[in-house]
Amino acid sequence: MTLLALQDFAVTRRGRDILRNVSLSVGTGELVGIIGPNGAGKTTLMRAALGLIDSAGHSSLAALSARERGREVAWMPQQREIAWPVDVQTLVTLGRTPHLSPGQRPKPEDQAAVDRALDRMDLLSFRDRTATRLSGGEQARVLIARALAQETPLLMADEPIAGLDPAHQIATMKIFGALASEGKSVMVSLHDLGLAARHCTRLIVLDQGGLVADGAPQEVLTAARVRETFAINAFVQDTPDGLIFQPLDVVT
Amino acid sequence: MSRLALGLSALVAALFVTALAVGPAPLGIWHGLQALIAGGDGPEVLVMREIRLPRALLGLMIGGALGLAGAAMQGYLRNPLADPGLIGVSGSAALGAVLALQTGLAATVALGLPLAALGGALLGVGLVLALAGPRGSSLTLILAGIAISALAAALTSLVLNLSPNPFAANEIVFWMMGSLADRSMTHVAIAAPLILLGGVMLGSLGRGLDALTLGEDAAEAMGVNLTRLRLVLIFGTAAVVGAATAVAGAIGFVGLVVPHLLRPLVGARPGRLLWASAFGGAAMLLAADIAVRVILPARDLKLGVVTALVGAPLFLHLIYRTRQEGL
Repeated sequence: MTLLALQDFAVTRRGRDILRNVSLSVGTGELVGIIGPNGAGKTTLMRAALGLIDSAGHSSLAALSARERGREVAWMPQQREIAWPVDVQTLVTLGRTPHLSPGQRPKPEDQAAVDRALDRMDLLSFRDRTATRLSGGEQARVLIARALAQETPLLMADEPIAGLDPAHQIATMKIFGALASEGKSVMVSLHDLGLAARHCTRLIVLDQGGLVADGAPQEVLTAARVRETFAINAFVQDTPDGLIFQPLDVVT
Repeated sequence: MSRLALGLSALVAALFVTALAVGPAPLGIWHGLQALIAGGDGPEVLVMREIRLPRALLGLMIGGALGLAGAAMQGYLRNPLADPGLIGVSGSAALGAVLALQTGLAATVALGLPLAALGGALLGVGLVLALAGPRGSSLTLILAGIAISALAAALTSLVLNLSPNPFAANEIVFWMMGSLADRSMTHVAIAAPLILLGGVMLGSLGRGLDALTLGEDAAEAMGVNLTRLRLVLIFGTAAVVGAATAVAGAIGFVGLVVPHLLRPLVGARPGRLLWASAFGGAAMLLAADIAVRVILPARDLKLGVVTALVGAPLFLHLIYRTRQEGL
C-alpha cells in the first residue's frame, strides 16, 4: 500500500526552483530519512507534499481534503511552537483534532491514544506539567507525542530529534523504527547522518532542490556521494552492529 | 471548569440584577423588578422597561461581545496583547459616528448615529480585507488593521479639527468616551442581531484556535482551514465590535484585560477562553456601568473612561506578573 506518492513534483517560489522533478513513493513499514545540506529543500519537500504550500505535479496527500489528510498523515513542523501555557495532556490531545467531529469532546479511545503516545515518549509523569515551562528537549518530545497521538498511517517530522540529548535521540529513532515495524511509516528530515545510517530503512538525499539518491543507507551513504553532496569525508563501515557513519573532515 | 462557569454566570446574573436596581429614580429592588416583570402603566414600569432594562441588556451584550472578540483575536494571533480593536473596526466605526455627529445626520435622521457607525465599521472591515487579502498570514492582518486604525483616527482628528462649532466638537469627544446612558430598546434591537450573529461565528472557532496553539502549519495539517478561520474571525469581530461601538461608543480594555485575566482559570486553552471571556466581559462592563452611576451620579461619568481607568492598571499588573513567570 502506498502512503505517499509524488509524481514529477516541483515547487517554484518567487521565480526560483526550490524543488524540481521529484518522484517517489513511500509504502508501509518504512522509516525514511530525508537528508541533504542546508537549503536543499527538505522542509519544502515535506510541506509541499502535505499541500501546505503550492506545488506543481502530483502529491497523493495534497489531493486529499484537509480533514482526510489529518487522518492519513501527522505533521510535526520544525518550528516548535507552543503558544499558550497549556498542560502536556491538553497539548497532546490536540493531536486527536482530525478524529473529532465539530463540537465533539474527546472520547475514551482518544484518551487511550493520548496515553499510548505519552507512554511511548516516556512522558507519563509530565502529564500535568505546563508545556511552556519544560526545557526545549522536553517540549520537542511533547510535540512528537502530539504527532504520535494522531495515530496516522504516515508520520512526517521535520528535524524532530534536533536538540534532544543522545539517549532521547536514539530512543526517538527507535520509536519511529517500532512504528515502521508495526506497518506504519515515518518520514523524517535529519542532519545527524550517523543516526540516519543506523536507524532509517531508507534514505532520500536532496541537493539543490533535486533528488540525488534514494535507497537503503548502505547504498546511499557512500564515500563518493557524501563527498559530493555534503562536502565531507566520512568513515563508513557496515558492522554487525549496523552501519557506522562518522563524518571526519570538510573537503577543501 | 464547571465551577468557573457556575461562578461566572452567577456573577453576571447578580450584576445584571444590580444594574437594574441602580439609578437616579428612587426605586426599591423588589418594587422595580415587580414593575419590570408584571408591567402596568405606572412610572416605575417606564423607568424599568425603557431606561434600566435596555441599559443593562446593552451592558450584558456589549461586554460579552468585547470579551469574546478579545479572546478570539488573542487566540488567533497567539498574542496576549491583541485586542479586538486591532483590525481597525472600532476606529472606523467611531469615524462613521463622528461624521454623523458632525454633519448633523445624528440629529436629523432617526438612528443616524448607530447606522453611520455600522457603515463605518463595514467600510473599515472591507478595506482591511482588501489590504490583507482573504488568504495570508496573521501579520498582514495586523498591519492592515493598524493602517486602517491610524487612517480612521487621523480622519476623526481632522473632523474635530475642522469642526466649526465647539458644541459639536464637545459632543464628538464625549461620544467617543463611550457610554450606555440614555439608550433605548431600539439600540438593543440594532445591536442584538449583529452581536448574536458575530457571537455565534466567533464561538464556533474554539477547535481551530485550540489547534493554533501548535502554530499555523501544524494546525493546518490537522485539518483546520486557516483561510476560513481567518474570514470567520474577521467578520465575527467586525459584527460584534461594529455593533458595540455603534450603540455605545469606543469602550476599550474589556477585550484586552478580560481574556488575560481569565486565561489561567481555563488552563490557557483558547477554546474554553472564548465563552469564559464572554461572561467575564459582560461582568466587567456591567460592573463598570454600575460604578458610573454610583460613584458620580450627577456628573455623567463616561463608561469608557472607567474601563480604561480600571483596565490600564490591571493590565500593567498582569504584564508584571507575566514577566515574573517568565512567560
